[in-house]
Amino acid sequence: MAPMEVDRADGRTSNQLRPLSCTRNVLHRAHGSARWSQGDTIVLAAVFGPKAGTKKEENPEKASIEVIWKPKTGLIGKVEKEYEMILKRTLQSVCLLTIHPNTTTSVIVQVVGDDGALLPCAINASCAALADAGIPLKYLAVAICCGLTGSRSVILDPTKIEEKKILAFAYLVFPNSPISVLPKGSLTEDSEPIEAGIITSVTHGAMPVVDYFNCLDRGYAACAKISEFLRRSMESQAPSDLTKTT
Amino acid sequence: MAAATSTPFGGGDTGGGGLAAGEMEVEAYRRLFPLAFYERHLRDSVRPDARPLHRARDTSIALGPVAFSDGSALVKIGDTTMLAAIKLEVMTPATDAPDEGSLAIEFYMPPICSPTVRPGRPAEVAPVISKQLSDTIISSQMINLKELSLVSGKASWMAYLDIYCLNADGALFDAALLSAIAAFSHLQIPLVSLNDDGKVITVSEELLEGKPSVELVNKEKRKLSLQRIPFSLTCLLHGKYILADPTAEEESVMETFVTVVLDSLGQLVSIYKPGGAVLAHRSTVKECIRLTKQRIDELKNILAESASAMEVA
Repeated sequence: MAPMEVDRADGRTSNQLRPLSCTRNVLHRAHGSARWSQGDTIVLAAVFGPKAGTKKEENPEKASIEVIWKPKTGLIGKVEKEYEMILKRTLQSVCLLTIHPNTTTSVIVQVVGDDGALLPCAINASCAALADAGIPLKYLAVAICCGLTGSRSVILDPTKIEEKKILAFAYLVFPNSPISVLPKGSLTEDSEPIEAGIITSVTHGAMPVVDYFNCLDRGYAACAKISEFLRRSMESQAPSDLTKTT
Repeated sequence: MAAATSTPFGGGDTGGGGLAAGEMEVEAYRRLFPLAFYERHLRDSVRPDARPLHRARDTSIALGPVAFSDGSALVKIGDTTMLAAIKLEVMTPATDAPDEGSLAIEFYMPPICSPTVRPGRPAEVAPVISKQLSDTIISSQMINLKELSLVSGKASWMAYLDIYCLNADGALFDAALLSAIAAFSHLQIPLVSLNDDGKVITVSEELLEGKPSVELVNKEKRKLSLQRIPFSLTCLLHGKYILADPTAEEESVMETFVTVVLDSLGQLVSIYKPGGAVLAHRSTVKECIRLTKQRIDELKNILAESASAMEVA
């Protein structure tokens, strides 16, 4: 089925993302920080850690991650608690938890602007901040929001107005494609590359199963672009880290 | 559930985490090396409670346990027990939706449900499940809010749905969603009429017999018509194994889970996979959707049986 072109309010095509920008090391007191923006959705993430000790419920044989989500306005409610839990579980699957057991790494997320696709923006910002802090990671996580319009075509990175109008949307998180050559065992039985697996998927609204898999395909293709952008922004800022005073 | 007898475990295991020479009892092995204990079972495609990997636990639904509510249900999936109750109140509708009622859904995990929950230490997962439930019920459009309207612009119903977890033994979201649906299917909207001040008041059945002149506002619509009922199934992912309907012990050992919610028309309402060490490839997602479809057929039968049991009683 050929994708139908959708008229979007800001003139983007259905496959086009909003302008991305990532700045690391914006906060000097935090061990790592990053500010990630996608259009008008801006999130600031700060990482403190690893600190000694874990909370009572956590497993002391592994490092634990604590997430605090601060909304732009208002009190903390169920929405923020859900975001905290999803972010915590996503980051736990991205970090190498066995390297520093019995430690806690805190990730604080502050919403600066919310114009749709807030959770993916926060996940991207947190990963950049973790990399900035030097926390050991298995791979970076790349997040994207795919929306399904009434005419069953997929649009990427919807704004808040678009999110209200569309039928359904899905937040998808994929691992960043590794640049090195992988050992043979990393392909699954159907010879699907390892980076096509989903780390996290959260959907809103009902959609046919077929359209969900369409969203997965388009999201995966777009994440390759975001991965490229992330890698470039990390490489370009690397020399300045050597002169960073601790 | 049969208690495991203390048969000694042989000392030549390679699966355990450094098993010392000699024998060890099954229960001790289960506590000390839980992952190895489960992996030995998974290799034979079975779980410690003798279930095959794709089978859910025994599910039962009882309608109407809470007499004073307008609709209620008690659901048990294995040992996980949820009590849902709906209370209807008349209120004025919002100005931008004068023909619609509203829903307020809350999920509680009181200390009775689990040893880890205490009055000063609420369960972290309770507000998350509460939000997930309201998102799912609203996304699935199971309830047509226009059916909750009484007098356009002046009066409509506000349905307060409260779900209490009485025993938390894994798959909390599945049991909570099922109890919400069962409570809505049992819901009987009370009769109302306008009193002299023009306000809407509820009328009890006994009063009606005495005064045939009481004019009812909603004689015909007493039960909600549920269009697209969402059903869910939570599966654990571990390596290449998929375990349907996990218990609390299984969830603590293997952390990655996927919750698939499909409605009665086969549309996907939600795929919820919050992180987890195991990545879900398309084949895994397809398998989980297939298992959910199987489970939906079972759940539809159980719901229909419980509804007919109510009518007989």
